Formats: sequence, C-alpha cells, structure tokens
Amino acid sequence: MRSKFLRENLTGYGFIAPWLIGFLLFTSFPFLSSIYLSFTRYNIVTPPVWVGGQNYKMLLHDDPQFHTALWVTLRFAAVSVPLGIVCGVALALLLNQNVRGLSIYRTIFFLPSIVPTVATATIFLWLLNPEIGLVNGMLHKIGIEGPAWLLDPKWAPWSLIMMSLWGVGGSMVIYLAGLKDIPAYLYEAALLDGANPVQRLRHVTIPMLTPVIFFNLIMGVIGAFQYFTEAYVMTKGGPEDSTLYYALYLFQRAWRYLDMGYASALAWVLFAVIMTINIVLFRSQKKWVHYGS
Amino acid sequence: MSTDNRSRLPKLFTHIALILLAVPALLPLIWMVATSLKADTQIFGSETAGVTMKTIVPHPFVWKNYPEALHAIPMVMYLRNTLKLCLFNVVGAVLSSAMVAYGFARLEFKGKDVLFMVMIATMALPAQVTMIPVFVVFRWLGWYGTYLPLTVPAFFGNPFFIFLLTQFYKTLPGDLSEAARMDGANEWTIFARVMLPLARPALTTCALFQFLWVWNDFFGPLLYINDVHKYTLAYGLQQFLSNHGAEWSRLMAASTLFIMPILILFFFAQRSFIEGIATTGGKN
Repeated sequence: MRSKFLRENLTGYGFIAPWLIGFLLFTSFPFLSSIYLSFTRYNIVTPPVWVGGQNYKMLLHDDPQFHTALWVTLRFAAVSVPLGIVCGVALALLLNQNVRGLSIYRTIFFLPSIVPTVATATIFLWLLNPEIGLVNGMLHKIGIEGPAWLLDPKWAPWSLIMMSLWGVGGSMVIYLAGLKDIPAYLYEAALLDGANPVQRLRHVTIPMLTPVIFFNLIMGVIGAFQYFTEAYVMTKGGPEDSTLYYALYLFQRAWRYLDMGYASALAWVLFAVIMTINIVLFRSQKKWVHYGS
Repeated sequence: MSTDNRSRLPKLFTHIALILLAVPALLPLIWMVATSLKADTQIFGSETAGVTMKTIVPHPFVWKNYPEALHAIPMVMYLRNTLKLCLFNVVGAVLSSAMVAYGFARLEFKGKDVLFMVMIATMALPAQVTMIPVFVVFRWLGWYGTYLPLTVPAFFGNPFFIFLLTQFYKTLPGDLSEAARMDGANEWTIFARVMLPLARPALTTCALFQFLWVWNDFFGPLLYINDVHKYTLAYGLQQFLSNHGAEWSRLMAASTLFIMPILILFFFAQRSFIEGIATTGGKN
C-alpha cells in the first residue's frame, strides 16, 4: 500500500514538475529576491547596497513622479475598466439577440482584440494625428475642430482610453459565453411572472452574468495597472506626464536610470495596490455577485 | 432549449445598433490599408479637405509603398526571427502545459489542490514584481542579447494553458484511461497515447494563443534584444516608428504586413480562438 502511495505521488509530481520547477525559478525566487532588492541601491553592474527603507521613504515623500504615475494609473483603471465592462456587456447583449449574420458581427467585433498592440498603437497614432488624421478629419466635416489628442495633456489619457475600448471584443466573447450559459427556465419563470424585457435584464440576465463580470473586473484591474506597451510606443509618458502610467514609470526607473532597487520598491507598491483593490473587490462579491442557483 | 423567451429587442433596432458599432470596429483597419496604398501627396494634401470618399480611397493606388516598406524595414529578417521564437514557444508551452495539466486533472497526489490554487494565483501576479530579478539572473547566465530568455521559460508550462487543459481533461471520460491501465499501461503511456491525441482541439487553441502572444510580444524583445539582426516584427516596427514617425504610408504598409498573418490565422481558426477565451473566462 505504502509503495503504491509513494508511486502515485511521484508520478503526480513528475507530471507537474515543469510547472513546479518554473514556479520556483521564475516566480517564487524572483518574488522573494525583489523584496530584498527593494531595500537596496542596485544598478545591476555593481552589487546591491543595503539602504534600509530609504527607497520607500523617498517614494512617499520625495518623488512627485511616483504620485503622478499612481494617480494617472488609478484614473485610467477607474475609467477604462468600468467603461470596458459596460461596452463589453452591451455588445454581448446585442450579439445574444436572434438576428441574422451574428457570426459575422461577432467576428467584426472580435477582430480588433487580436491586432498586435504595437500595430494598434501605430494605427491610432495615425488616426489621431491632429492635422491629417482620420478622427479630426471626420470632426472637421461636422464642424468641430478636434483637439491635438495625444499631444494635448488633457486629451492624451482619453485617447488611450478610447483606444482600449477598441479592443473590447476580447471580453465581449467571454460575456457572450456567460449569456449562453444562463438556463432558459429562468426566463420562462420571469415571463410567467409577467416581467418585461427591462425587468428580465435587471433581474435575470445581469445577476446571472455577475460572476463573469467579476472575473473581467479583476483581470481588468490587473491589466490596467500593468498598462505599458501602448504608452511606451505612443506617448513615452508625455505630454507633461499625463500618460505616465505606473508600469511605464517603473520601466524608466529600472532601465533608463538603472535604478533597480528603487524600481523594485515601486513594483512592490504596485503589487500592494493591486492586492488591496482585489481584496476589496473580493469582499464586495457577497453584495453583488450571484454564484450558481 | 428555446431562445424565444429571452429578453429581445426589436430586430431592426439590433441590426442598426450592430452596424453602427461595426463602423468604428473596422474603420481603423480599413484606414490602415487605405493609407498603405496612398501617395504621400494624397496623405499630406488632405489637411483641410475633411473626410470624403475621395480622401478615403487611394488615388492613384501606390503599390510601391509595400516594397519600399520592406526595403526600409528588414521585415523578412524580422519575420524569420519572430517565427523562430514562435516555433520554440509554441512547442515548449503546449507540451509542458499538457503534461502539467494531465497531472492536475487526472492524478492524485499530496498537496494537489493547494498547488493548483497557487498556480491560479500566479496569473494575478504583476510581471513587474518578478521582472527585475529574472532579468538579473538571465544576465548573470550570459543570456542577455540571446533568444534564451524569450524561449526557455515557455518550457515550464503556462498557467493559463494549464488551467484551460485541466478543464478539458476533466471532461474526457475515464473509461479510456481505465482500459489502458488494465492493459498494464503506466500513466506516461496513457498521457502520450490516449490523452494527448484526444486533447488535440484544446492543444490547438493553446498553440494559437501562444503563437499570437509571441507574435505580439513587445516587452520581451525590448528587455532582452539589443542586436538589430535579432529584432522581432513587433519590436522592429516600433523601432521604425520611433525613427521615421512621419512616413505614414510605409508605416501602414508595414503594419498591414505585420497584421495580415494573424488575420489569416484567425479566419481559419476562429472557433478555437473565441471558444478558448470564452472557456477560461467563464469558469473561474
């Protein structure tokens, strides 16, 4: 018996060995050593020097760019994540109707989400070109002088939010799958109770969709705090730091200034912020997420 | 199951809404292709013209933007580099993930549930936290400037795929592996001979995603690649953009060439893409 137990365990661990080894090498070891690095001054070339809590102290009291980056990112998350959810759910609801050509529509809306980020960024740089871009061209047509978009500190963050909505099709298909999973009898029961379409949406569809919305909310928050490539390619954080997203600032600290210790402290603050928000969201689940029936 | 009882909007309204929304979804791509075929005089002459059919459709069609883009950006070389990375990543990630998923889905061992939870949790860990030490280690190994940091990690399984494949293995009937076990096959044989062939659709989904991710990856090459001859398409395009930002026709031609393989792949494997995303998101 004992040898069978041992053999079973060995086989099991044998199969998961690749992930387990990878986890130790590429996740848990770096995870722990980045705690250590966050208490050092380290430029990669010379060995790290222990500085205690100095990085964290500086970050809180002496680094206006850190505050800017945090604020810019929080604002981006607070706008783009809910907006993405509303648009994704709305699109999925439309695509859940019984009309012709659904698969074509689904393809059209999904398409932008698979366009490589660098390509998307390039295309939008061109679309949003203040003088000869398509967007301002169209606005001009209806008598509006469009702003300078990515060159205007007021409009640059909105330009990127708009661009993030273009890729909303990726989450749309998740909502669509969630909608297909809602059992028909719930709608039948609602109909028997005389519920009108709006009431059915409010009391059946949306509550049944909340687990999927919750999943997208969590992933959306994590994604928003790691928002990098678009900003790196399009604005480099400008103008006037209006698009200095947290991940971008961290990258600059680490690789432009080779301030690896400080960047590690930034990473840990990022981690703490994401965890805090996620814990709050998980706690809030009881109030609004409906699991199973 | 009937869909008649679902909340339904009048069909006409739905169609109008869908068509109106399809315009902003497609217009950027149409504009990209249109620009890639335009002469510079048309692009830069449209300043005050606003947007009409005349400004959207290229006249004349300038096909030479494409050879010029290929001349300005060594895309064939970048393509070869990107495909090389894609190949190693796809093989590595799919094989290792399939193996790990089999362990989690079909075998019993101590601490399985906890380890599975840990694996799921790592998906929420921001890459920024581990990126610096990982970079330091790769640099110390002398891997900086090579493809090794961009390929070796793939061989250690990808939590997203492991999750997806675990879900898939769980849906397969137990009889088959039971029968094989009766015939004296060990777990490795069952995995290789019975489970892998059955999991082909799910493995295809994983392969497609991995291909897409590596094709798109910008951050990896940004950190580790310092030699022009090793640039990938995504990185090469960004480099060209930052050096020749105003050459819109060439940039759009290059973007079109960069996107086209992904679009072709997508049209052939739509179901795998869409269902893959839907399954992982729907069942948490």
